[in-house]
Amino acid sequence: MVLGIKEENSIVKSIHMATKPSTDVAKKVVYDTRNLNLWYGDHHGLKDINLSIYENEVTAIIGPSGCGKSTYLKTLNRMVELVPSVRTSGEIVYRERNILDKSYTVEELRTRVGMVFQKPNPFPKSIYDNIAYGPRIHGIKNKKILDEIVEKSLRGAAIWDEVKDRLNQNAYGLSGGQQQRICIARCLAIEPDVILMDEPTSALDPISTLKVEELVQELKKDYSIIIVTHNMQQAARISDRTAFFLSGEVVEYDKTDVIFQTPADQRTEDYISGRFG
Amino acid sequence: MVVRERFEQELNEVQEQFIEIANSSINALKIAFEALLNQDLETSLKILEDDLIINRLEEEINDRVILMIAKQQPVATDLRRLMVLVKASADMERVGDYAVNIAKETIRIGKDPLVFPTTNLQTMCTKTVEMLESIIKAFTDEDTVSAKEIAELDDYVDDLYGATITLLLRAGAENPSHISQITHLTFVCRYLERSADHATNIAEHLFYLVKGKHYELNN
Repeated sequence: MVLGIKEENSIVKSIHMATKPSTDVAKKVVYDTRNLNLWYGDHHGLKDINLSIYENEVTAIIGPSGCGKSTYLKTLNRMVELVPSVRTSGEIVYRERNILDKSYTVEELRTRVGMVFQKPNPFPKSIYDNIAYGPRIHGIKNKKILDEIVEKSLRGAAIWDEVKDRLNQNAYGLSGGQQQRICIARCLAIEPDVILMDEPTSALDPISTLKVEELVQELKKDYSIIIVTHNMQQAARISDRTAFFLSGEVVEYDKTDVIFQTPADQRTEDYISGRFG
Repeated sequence: MVVRERFEQELNEVQEQFIEIANSSINALKIAFEALLNQDLETSLKILEDDLIINRLEEEINDRVILMIAKQQPVATDLRRLMVLVKASADMERVGDYAVNIAKETIRIGKDPLVFPTTNLQTMCTKTVEMLESIIKAFTDEDTVSAKEIAELDDYVDDLYGATITLLLRAGAENPSHISQITHLTFVCRYLERSADHATNIAEHLFYLVKGKHYELNN
């Protein structure tokens, strides 16, 4: 885009406007977080969070340690409730229902929202049983259907070709990168709507990391993905939007291209440039 | 705040190299033009030799920036700054080439007396050098207001170029025996005008650095 100098003022205005989250009318909102506050006892962990997460996008959450990014991720499937002293205010509207409402059961939520953790955590079971675990809990007993789910999930996680001849072997025998893709396949087996990923590649070697990143790009065609990462380049490479958290607040949330080229807030610029954190 | 000391240090060094290439090229342009006026062939030959240093400096800047991108993976303003330093260095290297071109024209004219008044060319050279010196300062200070004013001066140089070319063509038509020297001076006029354009380019690079958007400062 080539602009005349006369447009300068309007450009500068538009740059500053980017401090507010871009709304994208063509995209459906999966999660709408409204005025979310969270306390761990007296500690105010999340402060007035307002974020819209869009369908079939990868949303990256970045920020220094202790900024609240993992806490926010864990509010999206209510895992944060495992901490006894936690209390929240505000709303997290998922598919038009507030998941913080008491009437919304955790079980119901977690059939729709899967999660992948920092360290691969397969069950000490066979590859097959790892994938079939969720569907079995949901009452599927038919072997043929389970076989189909296992194959589809492993294909979806781009690991079918590597494990199809050893489905009965223990998942612990796989490499770290393979274990992580097994965990992603296990997550896909329950046919979620959203996948939460908490630093899913931080324990992996560069090649495995690349495979998982490519997988994330494939998965977003069918799922909405929210990924917490400490790796700036990873956020830049794979996400559509990026939220920068600092001290429990969202400093800036915008399209990833904007965040990594012309961030509106100096704190964002300093963080992504490696000047703090 | 933890400052990326290594990155900052390397960035400062590249910026210093940019100042060095800018000063060398501007100096070469000034000396080349003075040598033309004085018909100083020895100095003109020296300009040709010294251009190798300017070329090497540009290559060094490019190599260092590529290494910094590979090793430090800069983003946002840091990345723009490095890209802009590469582009601005290329602009200044080109000014050095124009100095060489002027020196070559001087050598071609040799010791034949100059047949055309050099007043306009002198004014063009003074204005071009002034623009280049000012834009390097504005670039260093990241002063977009001054950069915009400097870019606007290009209109003056362009007008002077048009007027001078007309006079040169007329002089050539009136005195066909002078056509060879007139042609050489016409080229000199062109090289000065092009050098001033590079000041505008650098002003545009500065706007991109500061604003993160592309601007056309002088159509």
